Amino acid sequence: MRHIISVLMENEPGALSRVVGLFSQRNFNIESLNVAPTDDPTLSRLTLTTFGSDQVVEQITKQLNKLIDVVKLVDLTEGQHIERELMLVKVRASGAQRAEVKRTVDIFRGNIIDMTPSIYTMQIIGESDKLDGFLQALGGMHILEVVRTGVSGIARGEKTLSL
Amino acid sequence: MELLSGGEMIARFLKDEGVEYIYGYPGGAALHIYDALHRQSDVKHVLVRHEQAATHMADGYARATGKPGVVLVTSGPGATNTVTGIATAFMDSIPMVVICGQVMSYLIGEDAFQETDMIGVSRPIVKHSFSVKHPSEIPGVLKKAFYIASSGRPGPVVVDIPKDMTMPNEKFEYNYPESVSLRSYTPPAKGHSGQIKKAVDLLLAAKRPMIYAGGGVIMGGGADLLKKLAQQLEYPVTNTLMGLGGYPGTDKQFVGMLGMHGSYEANQAMHHSDLILAIGARFDDRVTNDPDKFCPSAKIIHIDIDPASISKTIRADVPIVGPVIQVLEEMLSLIDDAPARSNKEAINNWWKQINEWRQVHGGRYDTSSDKIKPQAAVEACWRATNGDAFVASDVGQHQMFTAQYYKFAKPYRWINSGGLGTMGFGLPAAMGVKMNFPEETVVCVTGEGSIQMNIQELSTCLQYGLPVKILCLNNGYLGMVRQWQDMNYEGRHSNSYLDSLPEFKTLMDAYRHKYVEIRTKDELDAKMEEAFAMKDQLVFINCYVDPEEHVYPMQVPRGSMRDMFLSKTERT
Repeated sequence: MRHIISVLMENEPGALSRVVGLFSQRNFNIESLNVAPTDDPTLSRLTLTTFGSDQVVEQITKQLNKLIDVVKLVDLTEGQHIERELMLVKVRASGAQRAEVKRTVDIFRGNIIDMTPSIYTMQIIGESDKLDGFLQALGGMHILEVVRTGVSGIARGEKTLSL
Repeated sequence: MELLSGGEMIARFLKDEGVEYIYGYPGGAALHIYDALHRQSDVKHVLVRHEQAATHMADGYARATGKPGVVLVTSGPGATNTVTGIATAFMDSIPMVVICGQVMSYLIGEDAFQETDMIGVSRPIVKHSFSVKHPSEIPGVLKKAFYIASSGRPGPVVVDIPKDMTMPNEKFEYNYPESVSLRSYTPPAKGHSGQIKKAVDLLLAAKRPMIYAGGGVIMGGGADLLKKLAQQLEYPVTNTLMGLGGYPGTDKQFVGMLGMHGSYEANQAMHHSDLILAIGARFDDRVTNDPDKFCPSAKIIHIDIDPASISKTIRADVPIVGPVIQVLEEMLSLIDDAPARSNKEAINNWWKQINEWRQVHGGRYDTSSDKIKPQAAVEACWRATNGDAFVASDVGQHQMFTAQYYKFAKPYRWINSGGLGTMGFGLPAAMGVKMNFPEETVVCVTGEGSIQMNIQELSTCLQYGLPVKILCLNNGYLGMVRQWQDMNYEGRHSNSYLDSLPEFKTLMDAYRHKYVEIRTKDELDAKMEEAFAMKDQLVFINCYVDPEEHVYPMQVPRGSMRDMFLSKTERT
C-alpha cells in the first residue's frame, strides 16, 4: 500500500543524506520525496511516499525514528489528511491545439504561467492522481518537459506534527 | 575560565570523560591533536600498526567493559582503514567513538590531499556522526558522541574534525559539559507495564518455554537478572553467539548456543517450544533459519531496547521496548506477587524431553582419531585457563568451536565478531582487553587464515608488552570456507587452501615473542599449560588440527530450526 510519511528533522547538513541513505541501505523504496525548512529554521519537514506491506512500513517508520536527526514523524495515511503535489508542464502547441490546451488547463483548474507563440508552460496542483490525469488528458500534445515536486501532506483537523 | 586549543580540548575532554586509553595512528590532519596528547599524561595513546586494529582494540575493550572504546586516526586512508572496525562494532551494537582528522575546512570538497568524505563513507555503519564546524563546539560534540555511543542500543559514533578546528594558537573557553540533551534522541527508559504484565502471565502459563538471550543482555548489564529469572522459573536458557556468558555456560539450565551451529537440544527445544522469551536478541538469519518455518507453535515475547529490532524478521506477540535491567526487575517482582505459579508438571515433562535431546548429539566429536580435533584443542584451552579467561576469537570454524566448547561462565568474557564476521578481529580485540585487564588471562583463538589479517599487531604487542596468548588452530585451510565447499561444491576447494604459510616460529622470533607447537594429541594439555604458564610473554600456540573436521550441528539451509546435519553422514 502507498504511504505518505511526514518527517520533522533537524535542519542540519547531512540529515537528508541519512534519510535517503537509509532507504537504499535497507532496500525500502521511495516514490517521491520533498524537503524544505519550516517556520522554525532549525527544523526541516520532509515528506516521502513509499509503497510496502504493513510490516515494511512499520520497519521504515522505526528505522527513520532511530536516526538521531529525526525529531518526529507521522504516517499521514493512517488518518485523515490532505495531500498536494505541484506539477509544471511544458508543451509545444500551435494552431487549434492552443485552445485545446487552454481548455484542458481550465478543466483541471491549473494555470498557464508562461507562453511563447509555440509553447505553453502550465502549473497544476492537486493530488498525485489528478496530476496523472492531467498528463493523460494532454495525451495528443507534444509534451516537452514535466516537473513534479513530489507529495506534501498535512493531517486534517487539529492534529499537527510539530515540537 | 580556561582557554584551550581544539586539540587540547580533545585531550582534556577525554580525561574528564574518564578515558584512560585511546587507540590510533597519527597523520597530517590529526597532528595538532597528537601534539596536544603528547603534552599531557592522563590519556594514554596506544599506537597500532594499522588503523583497523585500533578500532578492534577499542572494540575489545568495549565488549569487556561495556564502556565506549575510543579511536583516533587521521583523515583519508587513516579514516577509511577504520571502516571494517566501525562496521564490526555497528553490527554487534558496541559503543565506540572514532575521532577522525579531516583536511582544513576550507579545503573540504576540493579533493585535497588525504581528503575523504568520512561522514559519507561511514554513514550506513554508524549510530550517528558529527562534523565539527567550530573549535568551541568540540566539548559539546564529544559529549554527545559518548552519550549516543553508550546509551540506548549502543553503537559507533564518528566525529570528523577538520585540522583548522585544532590549531594550537587558537584558544577558546573550555568547560566539560556535565550533561547532554538532544531533543531528537531519548533512549527508552522503561518498558510498558501492561506489556510486562502480559508477558509474565504468558511465562507462567507456558508448558514448553524457552529463554532466548542475546548480546543485549550482556551490554545492558542484565546477566545477573537473567540468571535470577531463569533459575526462579527453572526454565531452559539458550544464548546467541553474541550472548554467550550472559547465562553461565556451565549451568544445568543452559542448553547451549542456538542457531546455525547451535546445539541439537537448543534448536530442538526452540522449535518445539510454546513460548519464547527473547531478551536482547534480534532473530537474525543465523538463528532463525527459514523465518517461515520458525518455531511454529511458539508465542513470542520480545524484550529489546531498540524498537526496530522487534518484529523485524519474526513477529512478536508481546513486544516490550525497554532497558533489560528495568524490564527484568519488573518481571521478577510481578512473578513474586503473582497468584499463579509456573506449571510444574508441564515444566518437568519439558525438561525430560530436553534431557532426551541432550543425549542425541551432546557435542560429541571423534575422540578416537589420531589427529588433534579442534574441539579437543578448545577444551584443553578451557582446562588450561580454568574456564575463566577472556577469549577473543577470529572468524571461522575455530570461532564456532570456541563458542561451542569453551563454556563461558561469566558475561563480558567472550569477545567475537558475531554480526559482521570480521576475520582479523581476534588479535587486536584481545590486545584491547589485555591492555585494560593486565592481570587476567586473555586468549585469542584464531586460525592460520584469520591471524594473518592483522598479524602486524604483533609489533604493537611488543611495544606495549601485551602478553596475550594466541591459540592458532592450524588446519592449513580456510576451514569454514572449505567446509562449505565440501558440503555444497562437491569438495572443490577454490582458493581455500593457504599455501605458503609463514614459519610462525621464525615470525615470533622476529617479534621477540614465544612459540609453542602442538602436533600430537598426547601433548595437548601439557603444551597448553606450558604456554599459559608464560604469564609475561606473548605466546603463539601453533596447534595443528585435523583439516577434515567440520563444525556440527549445522542447520540445513532453508529448513526450520530443528533441521540439522549432525555429522558428515547424519541429519535430522
